[in-house]
Amino acid sequence: MRRYVLGRLGQTVLVVLLSLTAVFGMVRLTGDPVLLFMPMDIQAKDVNEFRQRLGFNDPLPVQYVRFLAGALHGDFGESLRYRRDALGLVLERLPATLLLAGTAMALTLSVAVPLGVLAAVRRDGLFDHVSTIATVIGQATPGFWLGLMLIYLFAVQLRWLPTGGMGGVAHLVMPTVVLAAFYAARVARLTRSAVLDALNEDYVLTARAKGLAETRVIGKHALRNSAIPIVTLAGLEAGQLLGGAVVTETIFAWPGLGRLTVQALLNRDFPVVMAAVSFTSIVYTLMNLAVDLAYGWLDPRVRVRSS
Amino acid sequence: MKAWIGLGLTLAVVVAALGAPWLAPHDPAHADFASGLQPPGSPGHPLGTDQLGRDLLARVLYGARLALFIGVCTVVVTAVVGGLLGLVAGFVERWPSTVLMRIADVQLSFPFILLALTINAIVGLGLRNIILSLSAAGWVVYARVVRGEVLSVKQRDYVHAAAALGVGRTRLLFRHVLPNVAPSIVVVASLQFSQFVVAEAAISFLGFGVQPPTPAWGSMLSEGRDFLYVAWWLAAFPGLALALTALGVNLLGDWLRDTLDPKLRV
Repeated sequence: MRRYVLGRLGQTVLVVLLSLTAVFGMVRLTGDPVLLFMPMDIQAKDVNEFRQRLGFNDPLPVQYVRFLAGALHGDFGESLRYRRDALGLVLERLPATLLLAGTAMALTLSVAVPLGVLAAVRRDGLFDHVSTIATVIGQATPGFWLGLMLIYLFAVQLRWLPTGGMGGVAHLVMPTVVLAAFYAARVARLTRSAVLDALNEDYVLTARAKGLAETRVIGKHALRNSAIPIVTLAGLEAGQLLGGAVVTETIFAWPGLGRLTVQALLNRDFPVVMAAVSFTSIVYTLMNLAVDLAYGWLDPRVRVRSS
Repeated sequence: MKAWIGLGLTLAVVVAALGAPWLAPHDPAHADFASGLQPPGSPGHPLGTDQLGRDLLARVLYGARLALFIGVCTVVVTAVVGGLLGLVAGFVERWPSTVLMRIADVQLSFPFILLALTINAIVGLGLRNIILSLSAAGWVVYARVVRGEVLSVKQRDYVHAAAALGVGRTRLLFRHVLPNVAPSIVVVASLQFSQFVVAEAAISFLGFGVQPPTPAWGSMLSEGRDFLYVAWWLAAFPGLALALTALGVNLLGDWLRDTLDPKLRV
């Protein structure tokens, strides 16, 4: 197990370094980065001063090393718009995103897993059909459209919920539902098929044959053995929630990391973009690591195979 | 049943896209201020009009054209690029395989939509660049799946037999390995298609990608958002069209997977 953990940790460090390189490469990809960093309406005579100030006159390797060294210390430079530390801005917005992603994840798991298990147990019954239809529709519905329609219904027409912003619990309802809808549909589908797979295994037959109550057969044997694909997907989805937050936060004016990223992109505030994208990628990579470690813990076969 | 619904919806979108010039009651760009913000069911405007008096049905139909065009282009580019890289990496192994998998790891360390959005903000707006951005963010799935398939296919007896008969490597790869990997590529393509179409709409919705006045569903939704208090239909119909397209293609993709490659998990 220790070797497995160390191996995965090493890989993670490598991926983080390469991701930072990718962020640097992406921004330098288009030739003159000054054009990206500048406000659109800047005067031509200011361009050179800008270039000098941001260090774009130095050779590329020097810039790269400076970026990497800075990034590893959490220094991505100063926001061009707010004149403040870029990473500081990102971290300031983090709690709002974590709150939203956390409630969405909790909603996803508390709805989708029981739904998937029930659908599998009552295979081809009415409940199974209804939940299959619901999940297929859930997966096809774009979050930003669902968000707009919910705003129209619950905020504009019924006036039950606020249209956006952050405040009490009421502000959290619609963004959570929108962010969770797509993922809940995926998790429910996967849970159903994982439980169905497990129900076909010999140990379930054995458990039933020895007269175990059906709730125990499912709860103890089937569900535990179908946990691996569910944990994997839930972990990967937790990372995708960060991406999904980009759209959801914009619709509901939720002051989180996703909205900050979109605004920074629109304002061409590239130090903030680099800080936000790098930060998201690192969190995402760490989440993948956590999933893999959970994997090794849930299924001893994994750590044997990989070492 | 699901397959038929999927096929029906997909065909409907294809017909709408191809037939837009004939099916649309008006020019999608024709503004008529006098009849702005007409509700659905108004004479001559079955889905109503937008703030400039442009016919919403025409814009939704032309939107299908754009969505399918972007979806098809992106799927073709990603399938060819990702598929070829996956083929080579799986067949040659050694360093191409390692390099490709590290690149894949790095790409997969960014959420798809965030990566596509950032690339788009850097390379610039417009139709060609949105296809480029989505492709740059999406090829890696094919590369991974195809590499994995090739690794297993090339161990099969018929490949060894062909190699023993002196078949060249290139011929072996394209004649004997590729046809057996092709079903997976088709399945991944069908499952990726709606992701690309929805991502394009999301990116255009956020103010990047395809810009107004081009009738793209995403930018129409973004405009409709500003009129949510007075004209619900501006946001409702483009989004509904998008959702039905995604639903149709997803159902078709599920059916393809169940038929061609039931074990594949993407």
